[in-house]
Amino acid sequence: MEDVAFWVLAVAAVASGVAVFVVDSMARATFALLASFLCVGAELLLIDLHYLGVLVILMMIMEMLVMAVFMVMYMMNPAGLMPMTMLHNTRGALAISGGAFVVLAAGIFTVPWPERAGRPPRDPTLALGESVMGPKMLVMMVIGIAILATMIATVVLATHRGRYDRDGAP
Amino acid sequence: MVEVVVLGMLAVAAASLNGAFAGRPAEPFQEAARLLTLQRRRTARADVLLTRIGVVSLPLAAALAALVVPFGDRAAVGSGVGVVWFNAMEVVAWGAVWLAGWGVNSAFGLVGGYRFLAQGLAYELPHMFALITAALAAHSLDLRIIGEAQGGLWFAVWMPAAFAVYLVSALAMAFWGPFGHPVGGDAAGGVLAELSGPDRLVFLAGRYGLLTVAAAVAVPLFLGGGAGPWLPAWLWSPVKTCAVLALLVWTRRRFPVLRMDRAMTVAWTVLIPATVLQMLVVAIVVV
Repeated sequence: MEDVAFWVLAVAAVASGVAVFVVDSMARATFALLASFLCVGAELLLIDLHYLGVLVILMMIMEMLVMAVFMVMYMMNPAGLMPMTMLHNTRGALAISGGAFVVLAAGIFTVPWPERAGRPPRDPTLALGESVMGPKMLVMMVIGIAILATMIATVVLATHRGRYDRDGAP
Repeated sequence: MVEVVVLGMLAVAAASLNGAFAGRPAEPFQEAARLLTLQRRRTARADVLLTRIGVVSLPLAAALAALVVPFGDRAAVGSGVGVVWFNAMEVVAWGAVWLAGWGVNSAFGLVGGYRFLAQGLAYELPHMFALITAALAAHSLDLRIIGEAQGGLWFAVWMPAAFAVYLVSALAMAFWGPFGHPVGGDAAGGVLAELSGPDRLVFLAGRYGLLTVAAAVAVPLFLGGGAGPWLPAWLWSPVKTCAVLALLVWTRRRFPVLRMDRAMTVAWTVLIPATVLQMLVVAIVVV
């Protein structure tokens, strides 16, 4: 049963990944990519990493919706419902992606994979939290603050409104 | 599964209550019958597939979120990460509303969809902080355990800021009442402008479903779960849910609609600092 679910999700993930480059609308491409990510999140749920799986689903939905805004905004025809193509510089892209695929596939077969050591923890969420926030606490805190500061700074720089001209009044 | 069905019935009751505030409690049923028999209005070069996905995923997300809502200590799916699952499912509304607004190829629908995304960015961070605060105090992401952890004192009492922010974000995620700007009358109904017939019915049902689930999750998070005198725990949860839901529905006729850029200002300058301070206080008390 789990094997069937794994293969269905795996094929769906790859298929919707392919769909990103086949469809002719930016909105469809965005949501095909989202569907691919959601399949990957569901794969994580299958191997009992519940927290990580749900987190991937949560973050990918939010991220892709924000992405949708930017992808549509930077398009050549922002209407988006008009036909467009995701393929540019097809020959170069084919060479690069083919090369990357060959390198990665070769890596799979040539790397000596380590044998499994230990067993999965009883509560993977707790184990994850301790390994991230235990020894790496300082790094994670600094990164968290840095990301928040970057977000606020970007918004402040991007908006033309100051703090005294709210609601667009000059 | 009983829990999900009960929440579905509460969603219908919420629609009826909203009608009752206008003096017509049967209005949603009449409207539902009318929409079911109405032919769909078609717009030129609409993206039908995306519209349908958006319309259907709103009630679907509400139902999936309802899976982890506990009545007493029983939920349809006993998940150890119920809080995160609920959060993930209510974020599906972002996609649903944007798709429904985008797909119909109408300027008003598009405006509504983008408004909801902006509103989402405003409410989501304070909302997440409020969720985390309750989870932090109970040392768990499991809604059942959070509900049981409030034996002495309900979280609503000693973390009022988080509770208030949660209620506000519950309204915002269902674009209800003061946060109804994405479907605002100033944009001819926004996302709802071009949805007609069964599409409109399913979408509106999804919105009531989302509002109901948000009210139901407030109970284990802040209102002691199934705790209470005389009645059994499985009954207290829906009773409290009804009370929260009635409060949320009531806001619609009590408060004016807030523009989403103003909601954004309030969210980032008031709600986020308030929830962060609340979390700091809770963290110090708990640890």
